[in-house]
Amino acid sequence: MGNYLLRRLSIALPSLLGISLILFVLLALAPGDPFGELATNPNIPPEVREALRLKFGMDDPIIVRYLHWLVAMLHGDWGFSFASRVDVDTLILQRIPTTLYVIGTSQLVSLIVALPVGVYAAMRPYSVFDRIANTVAFIGFSLPTFFTGLLLILIFSVNLGWLPFVYRVDINATGWQWYWEYVKQAIMPVTVLGLFQGASYTRYVRAAVLDVIRLDYVTTARSKGLDESKVIVKHVVRNALIPVVTLVALQMPSVFGGAIVTEQIFRIPGIGSLLISAILANDTPVIMAVTFVFACLVILFNLMADIIYGWLDPRISYR
Amino acid sequence: MAGLTHVSPIVEAPLAPRPASRKRRFSPWGEAWRRFRRHRLAAISVLVLALLALAILVGPLLWHVAIDDIDFTARLSPPSWDHPFGTDDLGQDLLARMLYGGRISLAVGFAAMAVSMFFGTVIGAVAGISRGSVDAVLMWVTDLFLSLPQLPFLLLVTYLFRDTLTKLVGPEGGVFILVVLVIGIFRWMPVARLVRAQFLSLREKEFVEAARALGASNLRLVVRHILPNALGPVIVAGTIDVAAAIIAESTLSFLGLGFPPDTPTWGRLLFDAKDYLDIAPHWALFAGGAIFLTVIAINFIGDGLRDALDPRKVM
Amino acid sequence: MNERELRNLVGDVKAGRLSRRQFVQRMVALGLTAPMAGMMLSQSGVAEAATAIPYKPTKAGGGGTLKLLYWQAPTLLNPHFAVGTKDQEASRVFYEPLAGWDGEGNLVPVLAAEVPSKDNDGLKEDGLSVVWKLKQGVKWHDGTPFTADDVVFNWEYAKNPETAAVTIGSYKDIKVEKVDDHTVQVVFAKPTPFWADAFVSSIGMIIPKHLFADYVGGKSRDAPANLKPVGTGPYLFVDFKPGDSLSAKRNPNYHLPNRPYFDTLEIKGGGDAVSAARAVLQTGEYDYAWNMQVEDEILKRMENGGQGKVQIVPTGNIEFIALNSTDPNTEVDGERSSIKTKHPLFSDPAVREAINLLIDRASVQKFIYGRTGVATANFVNNPERFRSKNTHYEFNIAKANQILEAAGWKKGSDGVRAKDGKQLKFVYQTSINAPRQKNQAIIKQACQKAGIEVELKSVVASVFFSSDTANPDTYSHFYCDAEMYTTTMLQPDPDRFMNQFVSWEVATKQNKWQGRNISRWQNKEYDDLYRKAESELDAVKRAAMFIKLNDIVVGDHYILPEVYRPRVTALKSGLVAHLSGWDNDLWQLASWYRET
Repeated sequence: MGNYLLRRLSIALPSLLGISLILFVLLALAPGDPFGELATNPNIPPEVREALRLKFGMDDPIIVRYLHWLVAMLHGDWGFSFASRVDVDTLILQRIPTTLYVIGTSQLVSLIVALPVGVYAAMRPYSVFDRIANTVAFIGFSLPTFFTGLLLILIFSVNLGWLPFVYRVDINATGWQWYWEYVKQAIMPVTVLGLFQGASYTRYVRAAVLDVIRLDYVTTARSKGLDESKVIVKHVVRNALIPVVTLVALQMPSVFGGAIVTEQIFRIPGIGSLLISAILANDTPVIMAVTFVFACLVILFNLMADIIYGWLDPRISYR
Repeated sequence: MAGLTHVSPIVEAPLAPRPASRKRRFSPWGEAWRRFRRHRLAAISVLVLALLALAILVGPLLWHVAIDDIDFTARLSPPSWDHPFGTDDLGQDLLARMLYGGRISLAVGFAAMAVSMFFGTVIGAVAGISRGSVDAVLMWVTDLFLSLPQLPFLLLVTYLFRDTLTKLVGPEGGVFILVVLVIGIFRWMPVARLVRAQFLSLREKEFVEAARALGASNLRLVVRHILPNALGPVIVAGTIDVAAAIIAESTLSFLGLGFPPDTPTWGRLLFDAKDYLDIAPHWALFAGGAIFLTVIAINFIGDGLRDALDPRKVM
Repeated sequence: MNERELRNLVGDVKAGRLSRRQFVQRMVALGLTAPMAGMMLSQSGVAEAATAIPYKPTKAGGGGTLKLLYWQAPTLLNPHFAVGTKDQEASRVFYEPLAGWDGEGNLVPVLAAEVPSKDNDGLKEDGLSVVWKLKQGVKWHDGTPFTADDVVFNWEYAKNPETAAVTIGSYKDIKVEKVDDHTVQVVFAKPTPFWADAFVSSIGMIIPKHLFADYVGGKSRDAPANLKPVGTGPYLFVDFKPGDSLSAKRNPNYHLPNRPYFDTLEIKGGGDAVSAARAVLQTGEYDYAWNMQVEDEILKRMENGGQGKVQIVPTGNIEFIALNSTDPNTEVDGERSSIKTKHPLFSDPAVREAINLLIDRASVQKFIYGRTGVATANFVNNPERFRSKNTHYEFNIAKANQILEAAGWKKGSDGVRAKDGKQLKFVYQTSINAPRQKNQAIIKQACQKAGIEVELKSVVASVFFSSDTANPDTYSHFYCDAEMYTTTMLQPDPDRFMNQFVSWEVATKQNKWQGRNISRWQNKEYDDLYRKAESELDAVKRAAMFIKLNDIVVGDHYILPEVYRPRVTALKSGLVAHLSGWDNDLWQLASWYRET
């Protein structure tokens, strides 16, 4: 296992490099121009635009630009946004707390809800609880987030007036009031995201537990007189977890840049909205930096999942 | 995890030959079908889905109202005899639009699911059964696709391939292929990882060893032994994929990369309806309801399939 | 409307028979701008009415927080680099120009002591220079006094091509000289009828010399003051998160007494226009929402709640459809839509006229844009005797059918008209935008009834409006038969607006499609008249020329104006904000207050 780990880590670095090269080439080839706005302005002579392009090295061959970027990254210089003339790492750091707070919480909430609900539903398949849980899950992932978000806004903000729907990062309040304001504005986005995410998690957990729950070793454990909860937790869940771990590992990186629609609707200044506005403004340094971090997270979480498989099921061997 | 010995009375074909008076033929598929039929919800769902498909195929022949008949006097009107589903903000009949768009939405949903399931299963199986470098390379490819930013990639693919496809298959066919490919490309990775994970644990089990000892080739091992047992989460993924594909298609057309803006796919109808949610809720309700119904039906069918195909299942 | 009739109208205003306001409205209806009309009057000696900006509070401060919502988030705070009006508005919170334009086309001094005119020797007869007198006692936010040096510096900063300022066009052909600490003279290279361009309005915001002097030319983008602005405006900078939010607090040393009213200011960006409207009109979370590009139907319903209202101010922006005069499907020297080709269908004037008759402008206005888009053929709500015969609009499917039939376009078996083997089919594109898609659907349907088949295409806005030379979907490539978008008047003078139809601005592969004449329409008469209007100093003569230019363009039916787009803003009840369509929304931010 130690060998396996070392091997995977040593592969991780070149694979990251390869991914970053492909991403860079992709972005360079994609249509769109960061200085597009300047072109529609009749007052800007073409020489000015040319000067800008030269300055940012945009007409150099792709491989040269890639190497510049790589060298800069290695020095810790993540680049300089075209759109807002700010260091890219400043931009990202500004948004991390909010991202972790809202999107991170929704991932946690969805897991915390999905695990017990899925397990309980699988323990009593086709019971009333199971049917309700299933139906709610179906509603959750068959409706796009722009729709559920809007529905919640209409009900809770417009009609009832209970919750604010524009997310504000600087709130002028102190003490408990401040905390309460933050919680109030996070309730709706967390619900929307959590519902969407939790719905599919619930279905997966239920399916995985159903696979396991009727097997003989479970009956054996029960007949040995073990407490039901012990049976469930120690025997059933642990064995059912492999697909769930796979999924969670796949979903975690999306905290960093996945919840684009929800962030738009509630105006949450997270990494997702940074990514989408950078894409629409063709702000390449920002896009590269965010997708690079995203790629690192993907590789990291998938590696962790592979390790966890080994821990969950000792029969899995790595050669 | 996959079981070792069976626990409760499961119907098995008795080995001894039966008296000639009652000839019952048992085959695994026949068994599966019988079990599927007994799963009530799944059976109902098949019916529902069949009805939906029928409505979509035959409906436009029976309901003659045009899908793009703009009628300003009847804007945003709730359901009535003239317009059973009401009208949208240009006065176009929603029933006709939904029947027309349903073809596209369902076709896209199923095709995209098929693409992602196919690639995901194949890659996951190959990665799961092999060791060392093949697995590592395939996982690297999976990680690469997972890190791809969807939006720039979509723009690039559209920009590169739209003209060629249009020349090959005509504008509608071209867009359809493009949309299905694009959605499928972004959804095969979870399936691959799920399949691979299942394989990693299943291939160590005794029944696989036994089969191998009996001389089964890798291909046979995979197809007849491991894959059927690995299908559980994969089926769930497939059913979730159809819903995701229908919704992804609406996001694509919102970005101008899918079907032309006047094509009334269900996702697009929902998107157009969202701003009028408090004014004309019938619009969003019908569109969302159709997607919801499809998703539920497919999910129950998936449940039924899983129960039917897995010989360990108890009803 | 010719010169003589215009002079008569001016005479009426002078004699008091016509109010200034009515004159301006007529001029706008003719296709001119309010500032131009204002110029015409002031040049003819009609005294400018002192523009009163009503302001009730008796002391500065005490108003609490003002919350503004922009559905495109500002990313920059340097007015010389502003990309789009959102950045200009954010900069306008801190920086001010010498003067601004009010809704009626009058110049209102801000950092200038008074508006230059013939009476105070600000304007010279030969049109070659303008003298601005600066207001005394104005201080930058850090206490340094504002002087003529700052004004001169702004000119040097903007005109330098290495700075790559978006405002360069207004500063590169002038010379600015300091006369004394509070007076500057602007010298033009040739007689310039429209002198109120440099240092006025959104492109005229003044940045402090002492903070930017070290960051000129290539280093301009590194200045820390780009993100921490120090200006003369009513609010002081507190914090800025690019792409998200901006916060500011009251400037206690502002140069106007008893202003500003609010203690703190917050600007939030992002999201879409509809939810921004909700935040002001339904939940009241915000006081103001910018640029409400929302269907009027939805806005009206939201207003019914009584928490806020929508304010509409006229601008020069117009949504129009351009028919390609070149052939997008034939490639010449590696270029499609080349000016060496002619469009197979649209070169027939009957086809163009028919299409013009198939645009149901009235329905587009009534059912899509409502108050936010007024149907026009450049003449709107005009009394009969001022209406030009060329420029009225009509929606008549039967007539379109007749014209096509008479011109030889017969309906084929599939219902599509054809002539000489060419079918009347065309591709019509625009950007992704719900009202635009509906607009397209309406036109497609009308065309179908006349036997014309239309294929609709919509492109992502950021691609459609980009300047990418490799992308065939941009509006400047125009690789399809018809396209539709709104052309904005970035300046209150039609000069730069009308130069998008001159032949030397045609967008071609050679100039990388950066030319402004995207429709590729060329007309010698237009070119000659435009050249004359560029240097005509007499405001009335000039106005007549622009009206004629308007008629020439519209009369040829390649350019089909549809609706003109006023600016729509959502305001919470009780907020008094003085908006002008010819300047930024925040041009009089200092005088905003809330009625209690």
